[in-house]
Amino acid sequence: MELYYGYSGNVAVALKSIGAEPGDRLRVVLKDGSVFEGILMPRQALYSSRPILVLKLDNGYNIGLNIGEIGEVRLLSKKHDHKHPVGIGVKEVSGLPRVTLLGTGGTIASKVDYETGGVTPVLTPGEILEWVPELADIAVFNAREVMSVFSEDIEPSHWTLISREVYKEILSGVDGVVIAHGTDMMSYSASALAFSITGKPVPVVFVGSQRSSDRPSSDSAFNLRAAFITASKAPFAESVIVMHGETSDTYALAHRGVKARKMHTSRRDAFQSINDKPLARINPDTGEIRIIGRIIEHRDKGREAVLRDRFDDKVALVKVYPGLQGEVLETLIDKGFHGIVLEGSGLGHMPNKLVPTIARAVDNGIPVVMTSQCLFGRVNLHVYSTGRRLLEAGVIPGLDILPETAYVKLSWILGSISRDPEEVRKVFLTNIAGEFNERHTLDLYPRWNHG
Amino acid sequence: MAEINYREIGLKVGLEIHVQLDTARKLFCKCPTTLSDAQGVPEFTRYLRPAKSETGEVDAAALLEWRKSKRYEYEAPQESSCLVEADEEPPHEISEEALLTALAVARAMNMRIIDEIHVMRKIVIDGSNVSGFQRTALVAVNGFILDEDGKIGIQTLCLEEDAARKISESEDATRYRIDRLGIPLIEVATAPDIYDPEQAMRVALKIGQLIRLTGRAKHGLGTIRQDLNISIRGGAKVEVKGVQHLYLIPKVVENEALRQLRLLGLRDELVKRGVRPEDIVFNIVDVTEVFKNTASKIIRRVLSTPGGGVYAVVLPGFKGLLGMELQPGRRFGTELADYARVWGGVGGIFHTDELPNYGITEEEVRALYGKTHASPDRDAIVIVADASEKAVEALKAVVERARMALTGVPEETRAANPDGTTRYMRPRPGSARMYPETDIPPIYVTPELVSKAGELVPEPPERKLERFVREHGLSVELAKAILGDLRLDLYEKLVKKYSGRIPASVIASTLVNVIPSLRRDGVPVENIDDDSIEGVLDMVARGAVAKEAIPEILAGVARNPGKLVEDIVRELGLSTVSLEELDKLIDEAIARNREKIEARREKAFQIIMSEVMKTARGKVDGGLVAERVKEKLKGLTV
Repeated sequence: MELYYGYSGNVAVALKSIGAEPGDRLRVVLKDGSVFEGILMPRQALYSSRPILVLKLDNGYNIGLNIGEIGEVRLLSKKHDHKHPVGIGVKEVSGLPRVTLLGTGGTIASKVDYETGGVTPVLTPGEILEWVPELADIAVFNAREVMSVFSEDIEPSHWTLISREVYKEILSGVDGVVIAHGTDMMSYSASALAFSITGKPVPVVFVGSQRSSDRPSSDSAFNLRAAFITASKAPFAESVIVMHGETSDTYALAHRGVKARKMHTSRRDAFQSINDKPLARINPDTGEIRIIGRIIEHRDKGREAVLRDRFDDKVALVKVYPGLQGEVLETLIDKGFHGIVLEGSGLGHMPNKLVPTIARAVDNGIPVVMTSQCLFGRVNLHVYSTGRRLLEAGVIPGLDILPETAYVKLSWILGSISRDPEEVRKVFLTNIAGEFNERHTLDLYPRWNHG
Repeated sequence: MAEINYREIGLKVGLEIHVQLDTARKLFCKCPTTLSDAQGVPEFTRYLRPAKSETGEVDAAALLEWRKSKRYEYEAPQESSCLVEADEEPPHEISEEALLTALAVARAMNMRIIDEIHVMRKIVIDGSNVSGFQRTALVAVNGFILDEDGKIGIQTLCLEEDAARKISESEDATRYRIDRLGIPLIEVATAPDIYDPEQAMRVALKIGQLIRLTGRAKHGLGTIRQDLNISIRGGAKVEVKGVQHLYLIPKVVENEALRQLRLLGLRDELVKRGVRPEDIVFNIVDVTEVFKNTASKIIRRVLSTPGGGVYAVVLPGFKGLLGMELQPGRRFGTELADYARVWGGVGGIFHTDELPNYGITEEEVRALYGKTHASPDRDAIVIVADASEKAVEALKAVVERARMALTGVPEETRAANPDGTTRYMRPRPGSARMYPETDIPPIYVTPELVSKAGELVPEPPERKLERFVREHGLSVELAKAILGDLRLDLYEKLVKKYSGRIPASVIASTLVNVIPSLRRDGVPVENIDDDSIEGVLDMVARGAVAKEAIPEILAGVARNPGKLVEDIVRELGLSTVSLEELDKLIDEAIARNREKIEARREKAFQIIMSEVMKTARGKVDGGLVAERVKEKLKGLTV
């Protein structure tokens, strides 16, 4: 079905015949004699089958009118060309750190497009400054869009692209890189950058928002300020995620990308560090950074970054569940997958009947990593016999790594380091970016409220 | 004050009536629509930023709130709020019950229902909406209701979410409780078809009553709020927010009409004096020096703080005009002070029309004129004592407002004071404050939905009138009165509940005679809620008090808000006299008046009745007393 700005059928025909486009002013006379004047709105394709024409009235409300009741539609005037916002020149304040903001798509920097009703990203420094003028006091910054992909559509090849762009910025001598990224898959990308550029001289800061930036309550300005503060002066040089620390607009947290996870579908403080503490608390109002966790890589402009940016997209992340069929894994082997990460139960288990399948995968040169769907705690394959049988079959125990991080790491090893099973095992078990934490103290497990 | 002929001055009033709905859940989440009393510590704090609206411009009113840069603290009672109110979870689907109620009201007001309803985000960044916008949907347009003075157009009916309750406010933070946030509201806007103050109240009442008749409206204080749009010929459309009581409406309208009339007079006077807009310039003078030894406590306190100073601007040709009264007790100077407070965040202003006063001496006023090179015979001077930054903002606003005086009445949003006067709140918001709420799909209004709403459409008034007379036995006059009362729905509920135990006429009369007459006597009847009326009638139905005691008990309720009806009855000594006690009273009265009775046998009944009622009035039903007296007299052998 062909759509005309989301409209179909009679509505589309009527609009086309008078040459009306979204943003144009129309006069609609209904058969009962009532008259509506307003701006034609585009239609969300999802509802295009309804016989409805959407107008924005002068009082600001949108209404949908049934085409069956419309007697006449007249085009009153064509859309006004909106003046482009006056760009604010980037202030060069000497002595301020230099930061680059890279856009990837997502809601950190977006606004409602009044013509389409959709959300579109903004990413010129001028537009961003217009909205968060405080950034000019934190750093001199550049901004550009490296891609425009919804977080959920991110693929390993995008990590390669982002890695190269970040590497370029690092070579150009910036004091930090901020990456605006959708929150859904943010921890995957942050993990990817932890591995793809080692020996980073400056931090790479992922930032996003849980409330879109078109709304007054958006968390994105707050998060952006915290991210800029982190990028410009944090003492560490790791791939981190900077987001709200709690539901209040009080402080932000810098989580180590490889240890971070989105733990809530919608809250501002959705990101949490698992099996580790966040690196730092950031107060965007005072600009203060308080280190609360361990720093693995310190900021040091003298360091030489190494770029290894290939990711293998033939890696699968499989959750273990009661009734998991062997076929699921067999298919991966038969289809020639290069690696498998299992999200096992408890200490790292899976149904005993599947152990031979795992052995077959390993025999086929496919590395298999075991993680735990408990998320908190460490995998240990020595405690129960199933675990011992899995070890025997050649499974690589993932220690306390997050399943998602294990997936990214395996993809990176296979793409950038080696596909030799022994080498893969060796590199996987090497702590590259703090993805393993050797010591779990009692305070690393959250206490829920029990009244 | 001469009587104003409102038709002559071209008074036009439009109403916006907001009624809270008593639905099982909130408009966009599953929380109940009840408020919480629990005092809580603030659960979270937020800041808001204006978002660009659909037109790409930031709205003036929105910007004003932002400039104040407030911190918002929210109390989030768990029993009546969830992540949706905390703006931590997207809204759920719209409450069908609320939607049906809105559709029913739309039908009752002869409106055209929108075929597909779109929920919008209306930017509100004073913190009262955690998200920074109010969700609102236009449900119906172009209807009318009938008033005795003609048809009143109903322009729009919107279904929207109520805002959070303001708990307290300090200089840098406002605290809200989010229990009220999200309760469904029906907002009805009339056309400016109202031409006199009394009519405004009548129409407001009619609309409120209509909504309550769906049986889905909340009752009690704060559940109906009305905003008024008022203008006179040559004046401007002024929006008055937050008129809490119906009976205040005529007064607010009168006062606003008067204010606009006086502002037009002020303009004419300025023109006569030859004052031109370009004469009124923002030229701020630091006059701290003048007050270095002042006796004014306010100024001394400001000067003792770091950065505190006194600043002045001259309003050329305004001499005497700042003291001109616009509304009872409010002068043009008060208007300027409102602007200074709102825009500069200062405590207030001083102006030469009210000086010397407040510890400021004549000498200082003279020095003020000298220092600013103003003419003592012609010009007025406004001064502000505060930190220079705030004072500058305040005086800038004063100058801008003074300049507006040359064109007459500025369009603005004002807040209603409890005495029926109004004060400046903010400029009138532009229309660029809305964009679609993309988290909620547009609602296609199906015929099924409309017919389902039909079950809630209130019965037309003519039919009700006829039924009240026939079924309830009300006089036509009483039936008409109850039809014109806001508590019509309560009347119907109570008649049903006490059928056969309390005559409908007693219930009707309680609502339309007793309460208004108490109000006329100065009793604070706004404290009488529907529950206490029901409580009183319940006692009457049980025979615990007599119907004659109703006025006295209700007066007690009004004067002792929060106290139980039963306690009030006990304290007033209005408990019923038992049958034995009544008999004893009658016997005693007969004994005391034996001679009189013997002398005037035909008057015996009246004599005894009046004697007994002296003690028993309000404690026992008069009819019962009459019956017993007749009985006793019959058996009396003389």
